[in-house]
Amino acid sequence: MPANNYRVRVAEASDMAATVKVMRRPEPGETSYIRATLKGMALTFKHLVNPDKVTRQYPEEQPDLSPRWRGTHRMEVHADGRPKCVACGLCPTVCPANCIRLVGGEDDQGNRYPIVYEIDEFRCIFCGMCQEVCPVEAIHVGVHFENAEYTRERFVYDLDRLMEQDHPSTLLWDPSDPRSE
Amino acid sequence: MNDLSPMAFWVTSSLKILVVFSALLAVVAFMTLVERRISAFIQDRRGPNRVGPFGILQPVADGIKNILKEETMPATANRTFFVLAPALAIVPAVITIAVVPFAAPLVTPWGTVGMIIADIPIGILYILALASLGVYGLFLAGWASNNKYAFLGGVRSASQMVSYEVALGLSIIPVLMLTGNVTLTEMVWQQQQMGFWFVFPLSLAFGLFVISAFAETNRLPFDLPEAESELVTGYHTEYSSMKFSMFFIAEYSHILTAAALMATLFLGGWSIPFWSGDHLFWYEGMLISGFTQAGEPVAADPGWWVTVLTFLSFALKTAFFVLVFMWVRWTLPRFRYDQVMHLGWKVMLPTALGYVMALAATILVLDQIGVEGFLFGAILTAMSALATGIFVFVVDQDRLITGAAVAGTDREVRSPVRKVRRPVLQAGSSGSSGS
Repeated sequence: MPANNYRVRVAEASDMAATVKVMRRPEPGETSYIRATLKGMALTFKHLVNPDKVTRQYPEEQPDLSPRWRGTHRMEVHADGRPKCVACGLCPTVCPANCIRLVGGEDDQGNRYPIVYEIDEFRCIFCGMCQEVCPVEAIHVGVHFENAEYTRERFVYDLDRLMEQDHPSTLLWDPSDPRSE
Repeated sequence: MNDLSPMAFWVTSSLKILVVFSALLAVVAFMTLVERRISAFIQDRRGPNRVGPFGILQPVADGIKNILKEETMPATANRTFFVLAPALAIVPAVITIAVVPFAAPLVTPWGTVGMIIADIPIGILYILALASLGVYGLFLAGWASNNKYAFLGGVRSASQMVSYEVALGLSIIPVLMLTGNVTLTEMVWQQQQMGFWFVFPLSLAFGLFVISAFAETNRLPFDLPEAESELVTGYHTEYSSMKFSMFFIAEYSHILTAAALMATLFLGGWSIPFWSGDHLFWYEGMLISGFTQAGEPVAADPGWWVTVLTFLSFALKTAFFVLVFMWVRWTLPRFRYDQVMHLGWKVMLPTALGYVMALAATILVLDQIGVEGFLFGAILTAMSALATGIFVFVVDQDRLITGAAVAGTDREVRSPVRKVRRPVLQAGSSGSSGS
């Protein structure tokens, strides 16, 4: 008996619902080749000439991403080009994948700023908790998915790279407005 | 107007071989693209459309890819036969086209050039012989690979080819009876003279020929030698790179040849319907356009544009059948093996035999009465339509259109015969009687 109190049982026929469809394989002489073929060909011809195709011509036709799409990160910047991050350390703490490396520093006016801020986008699970937890709305997950690179190293985004990203930030789910209305 | 000098014969023949062979390979490459596009359209997709305009350079990309791929050689394969098999598959496939006339003869200053590589007097027999040789390539590939799936594919291809060759041969016999000869040029000529494409007076033979041709070319619904869901890819499982491509080219050349044959045997070949300007035939050393009432041949002097027009007509008909091949492939599922054998031996063979007998009797009677020309064709058309009707009625009446779901078999599973026993995961309630 498994510990989780689930057990494997063999179902008897009497357990089954009343209408189970038992398929019988037709014998070779029983099936129609001609009408069935013509019927099928009529159907495929309809699809052949149907101009309404499902394929999206990707690079030209971009998909409509949801405003809540959680893609690769971006860092908001102040008007003077400094990152908004205050190196409080909340995002590396909350990150369930442990993909954020943050080394904080302090300038001569006592403002904290990140010396090293790296996100390993391969480790990231795109949960968006970094954005949720950020007190100054600096780090964001973005509405973006085209991330191809030639080397694995390029997937560790450093601070400059994060600040360069210009795709829209993700609209996080708001509990007071669950339908984004 | 004249016969060619030996020198001109050599030059024109070499030119024709060169042009036809390159055109064949180009068309085959293009067919792979067309097939992919058609399959995509049928499945509401768009298909490859990125390499060049409308994806037209896709075959080139595929070719480069295949040449650059690694050649694999299974350790336990029979090396000689393994290498020999693709060659054996491709050679018969590409040289069958040699006896198919693709346009009206061209009159040049050096003589009349027949638009056919080799107008040999055995015509259709040459095609049948070489088409059967193709099976050696497939079977040898299956055997030499030393792989159970490849072997099964080879065995299947052999038995399938043998089974359907009978029906194929029998479905050509009515054409031979109307033509009175086995050369394909004469078949075109006879269809022009009769005023009927053979598809009308020989409709049932045409149907049988199409079905057998599908089986001979190993196309769906008869692609059991490949059967990727059961046999990986059948006989070419172990092949890679250009060796694989050669099987591929062989398959598509077979399709092209089969389509060209259907056009030539049953749709009048290169003749243009409702136009007598293309009635041209090489008759006893001169090009003629017909016979007078007294039976004297009438000499013809067609312009070069007749050759161009008739070639377009031939290309159009062939393309139509190629498209039908592809259309059918993406419509029908694969037959089960017993269904293939049932259809081949118990349906096609008796039908073809009976039809040949009935047709021979009809022609004999018509000849005895002295019916000729249009009436002859019309009576044969009516007779064949009747035969086709009977065939469809017998084969198809009271039969199922749906595949596996047989009406009226919904039943409860309480019967003691079929006890459904399968493990289910169920929460809680430990210790019930079922465990």
